[in-house]
Amino acid sequence: MDSKNPIESSPSIEITLNSSSRRSNSSSHSKASRGNSVREVTFGDLGSKPVRYGSRGADSEGFSGSQKEISDEDARLVYVNDPEKTNERFEFSGNSIRTGKYSILSFVPRNLFEQFHRVAYIYFLIIAVLNQLPQLAVFGRGVSILPLSFVLLVTAVKDAYEDWRRHRSDRIENNRLTWVLVNDQFQQKKWKDIRVGEIIKIHTNETLPCDMVLLSTSDSTGVAYVQTINLDGESNLKTRYAKQETLSKTPEKEKIRVLIKCEKPNRNIYGFHANMDMDGKRLSLGSSNIVLRGCELKNTAWAIGVAVYCGRETKVMLNSSGAPSKRSRLETRMNFEIIILSFFLISLCTIVSICAAVWLRRHRHDLNTIPFYRKKNFNDEDKDDYNYYGWGLEIFFTFLMSVIVFQIMIPISLYISMELVRVGQAYFMIRDTLMYDEASNSAFQCRALNINEDLGQIKFVFSDKTGTLTENKMEFQCASIWGVDYSGGKDSSVNEQVGHFVQVDGKILRPKMKVRIDPELLQLSRSGNNTEEAKRVHDFFLALAACNTIVPIAFDDASNPTVKLMDYQGESPDEQALAYAAAAYGFMLIERTSGHIVIDIQGERQRFNVLGLHEFDSDRKRMSVILGCPDKTVKVFVKGADTTMFSVIDRSLNMDIIRATEAHLHNYSSLGLRTLVIGMRELSDSEFEQWHSSFEAASTSLIGRAAMLRKVANTVEKSLRILGASAIEDKLQQGVPEAIESLRTAGIKVWVLTGDKQETAISIGYSSKLLTSKMTQIIINSNSKESSRKSLEDALRMSKKLITVSGTTHNNGGNSGGAVSPVALIIDGTSLVYILDSELEEQLFKLASKCSVVLCCRVAPLQKAGIVMLVKNRTSDMTLSIGDGANDVSMIQKADVGVGISGKEGRQAVMASDFAMGQFRFLVPLLLVHGHWNYQRMGCMILYNFYRNAVFVLVLFWYVLFTCFTLTTAINEWSSMLYSIIYTSLPTIVVGILDKDLSRRTLLKYPQLYGAEHRQESYNSKLFWLTMIDTLWQSVVIYFIPHLAYWGSTIDAPSIGDLWTLAVVILVNLHLAMDVIRWSWITHVAIWGSIVATFICVIVLDAVPTLVGYWAIFDIAKEGSFWLCLLAIVVAALLPRFVVKVLYQHFSPSDIQITREAEKFGSRREFGAVEIEMNPILEPSRR
Amino acid sequence: MSNNAASSSAGANGSAHSAAPRGNSKRPKYSKFTQQELPACKPILTPRWVISAFMLVSIIFIPIGVVSLFASRDVVEIVDRYDTECIPEQNRTDKVGYIRSSANTTCNRTLKVTKHMKQPIYVYYQLDNFYQNHRRYVKSRSDEQLRSPSGENETSTCKPEDTNGAAIVPCGLIAWSLFNDTYSFSRNNEQLHVNKKGISWKSDRDHKFGKDVFPKNFQNGSLIGGASLNASIPLSEQEDLIVWMRTAALPTFRKLYGKIQKDLQPDDEIHVILQNNYNTYSFNGKKKLVLSTTSWLGGKNDFLGIAYLTVGGLCFFLAMCFTVVYLVKPRRLGDPSYLSWNRTPGGH
Repeated sequence: MDSKNPIESSPSIEITLNSSSRRSNSSSHSKASRGNSVREVTFGDLGSKPVRYGSRGADSEGFSGSQKEISDEDARLVYVNDPEKTNERFEFSGNSIRTGKYSILSFVPRNLFEQFHRVAYIYFLIIAVLNQLPQLAVFGRGVSILPLSFVLLVTAVKDAYEDWRRHRSDRIENNRLTWVLVNDQFQQKKWKDIRVGEIIKIHTNETLPCDMVLLSTSDSTGVAYVQTINLDGESNLKTRYAKQETLSKTPEKEKIRVLIKCEKPNRNIYGFHANMDMDGKRLSLGSSNIVLRGCELKNTAWAIGVAVYCGRETKVMLNSSGAPSKRSRLETRMNFEIIILSFFLISLCTIVSICAAVWLRRHRHDLNTIPFYRKKNFNDEDKDDYNYYGWGLEIFFTFLMSVIVFQIMIPISLYISMELVRVGQAYFMIRDTLMYDEASNSAFQCRALNINEDLGQIKFVFSDKTGTLTENKMEFQCASIWGVDYSGGKDSSVNEQVGHFVQVDGKILRPKMKVRIDPELLQLSRSGNNTEEAKRVHDFFLALAACNTIVPIAFDDASNPTVKLMDYQGESPDEQALAYAAAAYGFMLIERTSGHIVIDIQGERQRFNVLGLHEFDSDRKRMSVILGCPDKTVKVFVKGADTTMFSVIDRSLNMDIIRATEAHLHNYSSLGLRTLVIGMRELSDSEFEQWHSSFEAASTSLIGRAAMLRKVANTVEKSLRILGASAIEDKLQQGVPEAIESLRTAGIKVWVLTGDKQETAISIGYSSKLLTSKMTQIIINSNSKESSRKSLEDALRMSKKLITVSGTTHNNGGNSGGAVSPVALIIDGTSLVYILDSELEEQLFKLASKCSVVLCCRVAPLQKAGIVMLVKNRTSDMTLSIGDGANDVSMIQKADVGVGISGKEGRQAVMASDFAMGQFRFLVPLLLVHGHWNYQRMGCMILYNFYRNAVFVLVLFWYVLFTCFTLTTAINEWSSMLYSIIYTSLPTIVVGILDKDLSRRTLLKYPQLYGAEHRQESYNSKLFWLTMIDTLWQSVVIYFIPHLAYWGSTIDAPSIGDLWTLAVVILVNLHLAMDVIRWSWITHVAIWGSIVATFICVIVLDAVPTLVGYWAIFDIAKEGSFWLCLLAIVVAALLPRFVVKVLYQHFSPSDIQITREAEKFGSRREFGAVEIEMNPILEPSRR
Repeated sequence: MSNNAASSSAGANGSAHSAAPRGNSKRPKYSKFTQQELPACKPILTPRWVISAFMLVSIIFIPIGVVSLFASRDVVEIVDRYDTECIPEQNRTDKVGYIRSSANTTCNRTLKVTKHMKQPIYVYYQLDNFYQNHRRYVKSRSDEQLRSPSGENETSTCKPEDTNGAAIVPCGLIAWSLFNDTYSFSRNNEQLHVNKKGISWKSDRDHKFGKDVFPKNFQNGSLIGGASLNASIPLSEQEDLIVWMRTAALPTFRKLYGKIQKDLQPDDEIHVILQNNYNTYSFNGKKKLVLSTTSWLGGKNDFLGIAYLTVGGLCFFLAMCFTVVYLVKPRRLGDPSYLSWNRTPGGH
């Protein structure tokens, strides 16, 4: 599957993917190292993690690139502490940043240039330019550019405001201070004055001003901890190393002659290649030697580094680009209808020009003298034709002129209205208190603004499991040690008094997190090393405390000054949970430096030398640590996934215990717990020596280091003695079962794609109500293409049989997600390797579409994306991906709608997503409530906008038929331009933002209502054509009632034009009013206000003596027939629509209609029930 | 656009923002507005509403229809088409030639009053098939020139009737084609005075046509379009011109010629002496002379009355139909059994 990676071609995504793979690798290492819940990552061993052993970890860069020579032209040369020399040849950018796009001078041209990237604006522009030609001047010069300039102005003001805010924050950022080495002492300098090559000193908790290579830190081994929360959102600490060789230098005292040759600035946050020439030696630098702008220094008193990338060349700045833009399904459809409208426009224009042609032909002999044509200019000597270019050209000009007159047939204003409406909808989604997550203090985020309405049409939801369905808050639940299951603690509540603590400097040190404790086990762990059993317990917890990469940080408890809390910072929650568990049982990890760890064992401090550490890799799926114990023995502790652990455990020893442990493991995982197996052995001196030398050799090797280290690890991780297994619970998030139930009732198929193993996935499936006992499970685990083909065929046959059985009992097409024939497909990643990207895909899709639930276990990130594409390529249904980790990034980007959970696994998923929220259950209000509203509103708005513009154009068109086809407009040209800007724009936007067809309660009570969107009930081609027919009728009424009433009267053009203007505006606003469901005061103001505003505008326009229509409105309004016309137009035009609506509502009421009635008239009792029913979804956040 | 904003704040400026303590809650503030729970009225089309709406419309429309039909019927109108009649039999084959020739075009017509006509009686001329709304025509005028003497040379919009050596005032096709048939009326040999004052809009006289603008160089070209103007009378008093220049909306239109401020009795015979000068023959235009009284509704036009009666009647009929429908096949509003997932067998 990785051979044909479709993403690789696009460079912008590549970065994220790149990083995602990196991330998932590291995240998977930490998780999987605890075994059971493995996020399997099948693609290569991208840089194995550094071995933290002294500062040697520095050479952590991927083995492939470590020795790559950077050619001079691709390199930047940084002379350390010599910014003059560094900057004299190359113009490296300074450290001042400019996220603002424009300067005062460049604003107008650049902004215009960017705005005209939209096709709509170009159409506008062409029309305006055409109108400037004297032969085609239909409208006045000023009038014709009014709409375009209005739109441009609005957008420009918005852009300017945004840019101003950016400039302001740039200014703040640029003026922050930091310490820079100038003339051999550190002085404060503004960030913007920092140059490449300068030496910078950062103190703890300070933010890094630029990307710099570490030279030395307060730690004697050169370790610095940084928090990268601003970079990738991960709150845990990351370790960076200064090179051993530079550690000893103190730049204040001695001149450093160092030249760093590094690659050109690039976007890869996780990679860095450089060489350092120092005292004639060449050292290589990797990504663990560089700290990036935006990170914060933590847990390290100070760090000194040299700036290598500044300002806009820093990696964080290079990475700040927008999310990929998606286009909503509705908009795509709408564009299709706009093409129909343009054909309509062209045919109108053709009709006009053909009629004009016929007229000109018939009167060709009289044209010279007809008083209203007067082709010939008799006053000139040569008596040439005036403004006449021959029959053909005249027709051509007529055509162009009619395009100009009928231009608003293409509702350009719709694009702007849609944008405004989406902003409004996003505002309401963000402000929804029910989608605020208290636990993570995260409100809903709307990162993509143009797919709001897609939320209403989702048919497939692809969900990650860990962190998405579950909380990713790991809790140590129970352990099996030496064949004994200790799970008694499950029922006892957390007893605060029992919590283990240690005295340090007169203060009490206590772990931050409380863990449930099994009293029996606690007793045992305190009893010392007397019995065999107690010894194993001791070793078990020692393994938990030592075999990890946790960094312990003690901090003062704000509420109690005598207490210090111990916070375990680590890259994964599993590891933290285990360390907290060990601490609770009296094995508290207190200190970690690069060479040793200190563990407080039952009040007694012991120091262990960390002789070596083999970090996780995806092949071994385990990690190990080699400890030099205080009693001079050397022990290796290993923990890892059961599948790989049992192969390295010496089965000849303690067979009973292994069997018992296996049984316990099975129990645990069927409870949905994540399990890890722990083993150990002692190393003899010779073994240690042998390992040590090969480890040294491997970790200093320059080529193929990762492979060599893996080999070394395999030599030491063998013939282990089993200690036991741990089980960690990853709790389901609140409301997940109810949410899944709702989604399924709504007809949305929920697929779970997880890296966890099958048993865990199935048990989580049960607990989240994804799987029910009624369902038939089809499980596909295959190891080859052939067997997957076979199992797919079997499964298809079986599912067919099931469906025909159920199909005979009730004959319906599976409307509400799986009620008909509950078949659940469970498939694992290995099978998917053979299925995806092969001809079996088709079969898998057929099978999957028959199943109501699909569970994919042990899938890699790219497989997740592959599954999304499998569905997306074969159906027109909308897909949504939801996930929280970096391994979900690819699937989030592939799906039509990507939702990120702002959870514990960093912000990568959020950064790649279109919407981000705190909890899985918010998906229900997001889709069922906001998605429904957004879709309904947008659908209505688009149809209405089509109608609104078309009806106006048609009125103009009818008039043109009575003006010798010469495109005269009775309607004031200003009015026709203001029509879509002032007269009718506001109500549709307000209604598009505020109208609600159903209340939140009803929508949550009847998730089935979501089916209305699946059936595209509020925007489809039938509705489009119905609307167009209605439009035709209404335009006929508007035009012909005044036409017939005033036929053969003294009426003048501007007066009847005013009548038509007012009639159209009142009519379209009432038309909208007929569709409004909820009348709040804002709606009232918008609709009636628009009508009043139109009257005012018409009056104002008619009070300008220079315009032709001077005083017309006052004149015509004096006559009774004017008002009678208005009334008759409104009633007659809306009558058919009203009748159709009433008939439709009576004879085939839509679900929405019925529930709306029920909402109004339904019994109170019926609705009272909702409260209780929906509690899990609604209540928690109300608190 | 907004994407950029979001990302830049998240990316670049994020460092500044998130440095702030994380204590401040991001919980959105609750308000009825942000939760979209503003009090609102939710009208629903219940049978009662539907029927009352139809009834209401019919109750309003039918009386209005009746009243306007009566109003229209009350208007007495005498229409006399004279474009063909006023051309001697022998010239009817070449009407254009006749009208262009300098022959005497005086024509006598007799109109019979059928009903009592109360004064003021409006005298209109009606032209058919005359496109005063033709683009070339409507644009061919200069409002600047009409308003003040300083705009005299603003004739660029008036082509081809812009200059004739010097600027033409008033320029343009509209003024050039000024209607020039004249009528004089007599009843029983008694002259009926036609009041030609105040036939135009006051607003036009005061603001559009200057008091100090006099016709110049008008109808001097080789082709005479219509009436000429007395060069000593300012434009603001040339009411025929002002009426003519308020261009008609539709190709069949009337223009006010004057008012007769005397009642006419039934069976009065009115003799009209008209000068048939205006050339509508080149485009098959009809010319009619109209004497008409007026009502609150305007002139004689049955259309609105009929339209109102039709719509009113239709609504009454619909009201009846829907009453029957609601009685015969009622549907309980908000009945959940109609929901699609409840109707389908085998659903939940």
